[in-house]
Amino acid sequence: MDKTVPDLNSAVAGIEDGMVVMVGGFGGSGAPIELIHALIDRFKATGSPKNLTVVNNNAGNGRIGIAAMIDAGMVAKMICSFPRSADPRAFTEKYLAGEIGLELVPQGTLAERIRAGGAGIPAFYTPASYGTDVAKGKPVAEFDGKHYVQERWLKADVAILKAELADTLGNLTYRKAARNFSPLMAAAAARTVVQATRIVKPGDIDPEQVITPGIFVDAVVEVADAKQEEALMRQGVAYA
Amino acid sequence: MSQKLSNAQIAWRAAQDIEDGAYVNLGIGFPEMVAKFQPPGKQAIFHTENGVLNFGEAPAEGEEDWDLINAGKKAITLRPGAAFFHHADSFAMVRGGHLDVAILGTYEVAENGDLANWSTGPKGVPAVGGAMDLVHGAKRVAVITDHVTKDGKPKLVKKCTLPLTGVGCVTRVYTSLAVLDIENQRFVLREKLPTMSVDELQALTGAELVLPNTIGDLVAPEL
Repeated sequence: MDKTVPDLNSAVAGIEDGMVVMVGGFGGSGAPIELIHALIDRFKATGSPKNLTVVNNNAGNGRIGIAAMIDAGMVAKMICSFPRSADPRAFTEKYLAGEIGLELVPQGTLAERIRAGGAGIPAFYTPASYGTDVAKGKPVAEFDGKHYVQERWLKADVAILKAELADTLGNLTYRKAARNFSPLMAAAAARTVVQATRIVKPGDIDPEQVITPGIFVDAVVEVADAKQEEALMRQGVAYA
Repeated sequence: MSQKLSNAQIAWRAAQDIEDGAYVNLGIGFPEMVAKFQPPGKQAIFHTENGVLNFGEAPAEGEEDWDLINAGKKAITLRPGAAFFHHADSFAMVRGGHLDVAILGTYEVAENGDLANWSTGPKGVPAVGGAMDLVHGAKRVAVITDHVTKDGKPKLVKKCTLPLTGVGCVTRVYTSLAVLDIENQRFVLREKLPTMSVDELQALTGAELVLPNTIGDLVAPEL
């Protein structure tokens, strides 16, 4: 069994119109820029995939990555906790024009909804957002004298993630704080596609060091010279 | 009106209450300043929502590693004994009662402990981040803030008018004029600027102050 795919285009081939796509990363750390840009290339060439629901902590920065997907017109809705950034033009313009949807989710609730999606837990209760506008319409229950809000699991058709090392079985390590949502998303998506800085053979990652076990991963593609979103931002790169 | 503490001095005052070895989350922006003013011999361990414990100061310009950032997306460094973890673990630390202190900024804080610090109303793009999680679970939830708004209106109020971040969650408030605890749904005055009378302070506060027998002087060094 070998989960390696030869190039970025084949890695993003299964992403279709209307899908829910989880995108790893918190700001620029862990953002799978090359996979995102490969998806934009396909959209430009074929008009698909469009009408996507994108799950990420943020809603893009500058004119690259998720912001470039939004600029290109591929995204119908964002599910995120913080749709602001150093340069939030792409999302802000479309949001204020009513051209993109937003489901605003507290960050810990977002993480736990994704975790629950991957763990087969359809709903859970959290204290976060109780008594606030964000909890409107959601069931509330009292446990041991305190109020909690019911939240539902969040699953995706596809997750696109960035890892440091992958082996050909899909076992992953991450670099520093680039881990963030990715291990949760890997489990919550029906298909998980990973760009890794290096792909090694089984056994070359110490099992003690594996953060995401390969069972959660479907495809890995090597991107040896992966770009960092923040570095591209600072160079003023625009992709869309 | 008497002089007031600068933001740095408010942050300094909040830092004095952080115990050695405490696990602390600082909200993005102004609260991040608290880390600069840890008293000698007291070493807090700072948590950031995006999956780092025990981070240190910002690196020198040009030395940034953009895979190593805090919740405000600013570059950080690691101290010996740092740890990385994913977002679900990070918020287990937050909601699970494992943090000793969370220090946040605010637009308004009410005498019942309600906090409004994420939205100034329906205009623009709403963004909440980790604030609604952070106000639950930490053993102490403190707020640092100017005592009044730029227009001179009280930020400490009877009831919040802005959208809430959390209900009944704040336990202590450090302002430019005073330190207050929230107890039994009231503001209890612990310290005030020595140059300011209780009446002057009350006039700048939107809820009635409870006055204990001893009220300390709020004094901070020049920073």
